[in-house]
Amino acid sequence: MANVFERAGRETLSQLDYVGSLNIQLWATLRAMRKALPLIGNRHRWHAAVHQMLDIGVEALPMVALLAMCSGFILAMQGASELRRFGALHYVIDLVALGFTRELAPLLTAVAVSGRSGSAFAAEIGTMKVTEEIDALKVMAFEPVEFVLAPKYLAALVVVPCLSIVAGLSGILAGGLFMFFSTHLGLPLYFRYVLTSIELRDVVAGMIKSLAFATIITHVGCLEGLRVRGGPDAVGRSTTTAVVRSTFLVIIADAIFTTIFYFVGRT
Amino acid sequence: MSIISVRDLVVEYDGRRVLDGLNLDIEPGQITVLLGGSGSGKSTLLRQILGLEHPKSGSISIKGTDITHCSEADLNKVRRSIGVAFQSAALFNSLSLEDNVALTLREHTALAPSIIDLIVWLKLAVVGLADFGKLHPQELSGGMKKRAAVARALAMDPEILVLDEPSAGLDPIVAAELDELILFLKETFQITALVVTHELDSAFRIADRIAMLFDGKLLAVGTKDELRANQHPRVRQFLNRVPANPVHTPALASYLERYVQSQEAKP
Repeated sequence: MANVFERAGRETLSQLDYVGSLNIQLWATLRAMRKALPLIGNRHRWHAAVHQMLDIGVEALPMVALLAMCSGFILAMQGASELRRFGALHYVIDLVALGFTRELAPLLTAVAVSGRSGSAFAAEIGTMKVTEEIDALKVMAFEPVEFVLAPKYLAALVVVPCLSIVAGLSGILAGGLFMFFSTHLGLPLYFRYVLTSIELRDVVAGMIKSLAFATIITHVGCLEGLRVRGGPDAVGRSTTTAVVRSTFLVIIADAIFTTIFYFVGRT
Repeated sequence: MSIISVRDLVVEYDGRRVLDGLNLDIEPGQITVLLGGSGSGKSTLLRQILGLEHPKSGSISIKGTDITHCSEADLNKVRRSIGVAFQSAALFNSLSLEDNVALTLREHTALAPSIIDLIVWLKLAVVGLADFGKLHPQELSGGMKKRAAVARALAMDPEILVLDEPSAGLDPIVAAELDELILFLKETFQITALVVTHELDSAFRIADRIAMLFDGKLLAVGTKDELRANQHPRVRQFLNRVPANPVHTPALASYLERYVQSQEAKP
């Protein structure tokens, strides 16, 4: 019995330690981020950030768009099969438009970015740790947080919301195509319906979510990399943990945000 | 006036004492070789001197700055006068050889790009890699990587050069070339070098002073001749390459005895 308590206690402590490290790292990165900004910061960091933006964002664009289109079709078809019975097929438009701007676009983007870039961050930093590159940075009088983390975080904060907008547009377009083929509703008219059903608040809620998801993915990925001890096998494990933990935390955060927006939106 | 002085340094990992009240002075313009077997605390001492880890107690001052109790900015100022070649070379894998050497010059100095290119070429030429600047570290052999690491350490014309096992894993010819390079640097630039090694030939070729570590303590410090004349049994054992005869240690003997008894007790 004591054993159970002991394990529970140890597990709690290690989780608290993880959350604490995540917060310290986030704070340090935020302070170092000024150096990564264009014009006022260090231009090498800005170049690194642009490089990361291409890597996290542009390279992921086709994948995210396709993912969102497929999900748009799925959502429209599943919705239509039920709503048709009540003769309320036009509600599919609201379902797709609101579902994507508020929820699915940020979430799908986060899952895609976590799989592509969160794991890549962990692998890159983990390898740097194992090959003493992080130590080399330190003795060359560079701050690893500023040199490695800040450009990545800046890039993610810029690119993930953009990707999420693309995902939203693709998903809504897929819904429009479904409506066109099933009810011959013209796309211009469809988009006018979409615009009347979406409010600015929905778009802002989606953007806030994607900023939060970008933060979670970058910092979990980087922290997993920095916590690598030992050899190459530890790097492999860290990439897996990075994806699993960041996806998990993204969904938890999504639930919290949706709850907040639900209660705020009601009043 | 010594350039690096270590006072009463105590380092513990998880309660295990790795360095135990160590004192060491390194004189400017000399090559000090740190000798010692595996696990004697050589690498730990090096990490302490580079400010990568904090000691439990004691102090290390480099050029008059106590790096165990100074701000990050002061530490980085000290680090700019130290060039380090790590045991694993620790070259940045994402950068070409040229960029590896140029990194500190680009970021810590305001030199024109053409001057930086020239300096980089010179440093690579010094280690015999002038034609390989465009290659990436993964395209190099082990010996080339080590030499490239020395070139990178020399980039900022450091006052202090720290080399961790520069000749480990190299063929005798390349190892000898590296020794000559270190001697050349001392004679030409009056560089202070701290070289960690367990290769006796190399140590006696380059050293002005040799410090021998054993079990976290300095066993002997002195010139080559003083060390050769030292009668401490451990020093003699190390220099004469006598095996430590682990079979006769009491712990192993009692373990064997118990093992034999348990085998006899079996029916």
